[in-house]
Amino acid sequence: MSRSRNGIGAALAALFLTASPAVAERLNIGRVATPEEIKGWDIDVRPDGKGLPVGKGTAALGETIFQERCASCHGEFGEGAGRWPELAGGAGTIKSESPVKTVGSYWPYVSTVFDFVHRAMPFGAAQTLTPDETYSVTAYLLYLNDILKDQDFEVNEKNLATIRLPNEKNFFMDDRETAEKEFWTAKPCMSNCLPKEAMITGRARILDVTPDKAPDSEKKSPPVQ
Amino acid sequence: MSEPKRHLGPSSPTSRRSFLRTGLALGGAVGAGGFTGRAAAETPDAKNLPPNVPEWSQALGEGVVSRPYGRPSKFEADVIRRDVEWLTASRQSSVSFTPLHQLEGIITPNGLGFERHHGGIAEIDPAEHRLMIHGLVEKPLMLTLEDVKRFPRVNRIAFLECAANSGMEWKGAQLNGCQFTHGMVHCVMYTGVPLRRLLEEAGLKTNAKWLLPEGADAAAMTRSVPIEKALDDAIVAYAMNGEALYPEHGYPLRLVLPGWQGNMWVKWLRRIKVGDEPWHTREETSKYTALMPDGQARRFTWAMDAKSVITNPSPQAPIHHKGFTVLSGLAWSGRGTIKGVDVSLDGGRNWRAARLDGPVLDKALTRFYYEFDWNGDPLLLQSRALDETGYVQPTKAALRQHRGLNSIYHNNGIQTWHVLPNGEIENVEVA
Repeated sequence: MSRSRNGIGAALAALFLTASPAVAERLNIGRVATPEEIKGWDIDVRPDGKGLPVGKGTAALGETIFQERCASCHGEFGEGAGRWPELAGGAGTIKSESPVKTVGSYWPYVSTVFDFVHRAMPFGAAQTLTPDETYSVTAYLLYLNDILKDQDFEVNEKNLATIRLPNEKNFFMDDRETAEKEFWTAKPCMSNCLPKEAMITGRARILDVTPDKAPDSEKKSPPVQ
Repeated sequence: MSEPKRHLGPSSPTSRRSFLRTGLALGGAVGAGGFTGRAAAETPDAKNLPPNVPEWSQALGEGVVSRPYGRPSKFEADVIRRDVEWLTASRQSSVSFTPLHQLEGIITPNGLGFERHHGGIAEIDPAEHRLMIHGLVEKPLMLTLEDVKRFPRVNRIAFLECAANSGMEWKGAQLNGCQFTHGMVHCVMYTGVPLRRLLEEAGLKTNAKWLLPEGADAAAMTRSVPIEKALDDAIVAYAMNGEALYPEHGYPLRLVLPGWQGNMWVKWLRRIKVGDEPWHTREETSKYTALMPDGQARRFTWAMDAKSVITNPSPQAPIHHKGFTVLSGLAWSGRGTIKGVDVSLDGGRNWRAARLDGPVLDKALTRFYYEFDWNGDPLLLQSRALDETGYVQPTKAALRQHRGLNSIYHNNGIQTWHVLPNGEIENVEVA
């Protein structure tokens, strides 16, 4: 399979030949957002590090925070508890029948770890970790995944984006329109489309996991984390 | 946060046992020839049947405003969203499914559209909600809901499909019911402001290439959206089907991106940042990327390809009579309008054109019918959608040939329902 890995611009140009720049008169609705208001909500972080708050942390510090705030769902070593996601391990499984997608085995960018932990974790107490705590939790996750070897290495706003994850190169832009071109070009067959009668090869009822029809009140609620 | 840990099946012996237990309820009923999906009395009271005069023809009913906000008949109590408990670790980050087999036409009622939350349903007082637009703009904007409603409005009917719809079926048939196999789709009419109009108000800088819409919920959902889509047909919506958005669908504001995967239609929309590069957020890297057999992963798979499903008959809606039978279903494409739907009764060997009925709209659910006489023989029902770009809905085998078994998202393969001689229906795969 040949794939264009940096084809975002080209693919977009092809998708939106008709799109033109936005030019219109202002209606003067609303007001200017103040720098202070923007600062309070502007939490997103990009792979190049843009958006990272000033701060620092280490895996050693992160371990303590992780055990208190994260391990009940993600396991002491990021191995996951119950159906909650694994965050560490999985190296070498991505091409296997049961890939284990973790920060180390699958995620492309460290910035995503920082951004997501900062905005949405801990589950049920989002945006309660300080920037320093978030740097430390991020460092601990990198340590668990053998990306950082030194638990006292300081991760901060200046060096976070320089830490690379091993799977970064394995993502490519949506190429369905070329890779799966046959779905656009095949003429739909109308008769005698199979050489012989269709045979059943699989049934849902072999492992029937369809929920029953019991009212919600009778179902046991899952634990709220 | 928990995304389904394993979309494709139960993971532990313990949970597998409990599935088998819950499975027995349905399996047992089906095995005994019982039909599910009937809420009305199985044995009607003869005193209300001709030649007698029914009680409701004599006594007065409730007066006006006894139901200030109307609701369905009590005999329709089983027409509800359902979830699959084993799929996720918590209901706050989970999914419920639209009961497609119990709905008609193309519009989904507001209370029945599937849900997908990542941090529960945010209950937001609109007076305390703000939409902030900032980044690469001339004038960073702070808008109240009232402000948003002052802009020129548009109405648009659009389907919304989760990229993981049918994701549990990649490795094989697993769930008996189109509610579960295909129910992460709904279609409503949105009212709102074209996003383009809001961006014009803020004034885009020349290097503006990407947007980051963000939700106000406890997941602060974010996705990178290319500016071209934002300027094309994106809407910031505050109403669905004529009334305010429901909280589970993002009240008071949500993003509408017709034809694109539902995860990007950020609910509880509080902020739009304009930038020059994508952000590669968690939901567009670790999730919503399609892992291929060679270990590479396809990202930014925005458009939902053409897809269809027969909603009746289906496992939750068996056939009760021999003779004249109405087969009904839904088709949709994120790339345009549905041009046609073919139906097969023999597992894909022979096909006939179905009849499209009702509005056939760009990037909206489209209703199809095929009427036939059923003589009680087993059938293998399939439907196949064609869209205006020439795309023909592929078989599951063809999809797997391209993408393997671990791509989770964008499973738009042809669904097969096996009709048994007693009218029961099961989810099967054929070759």
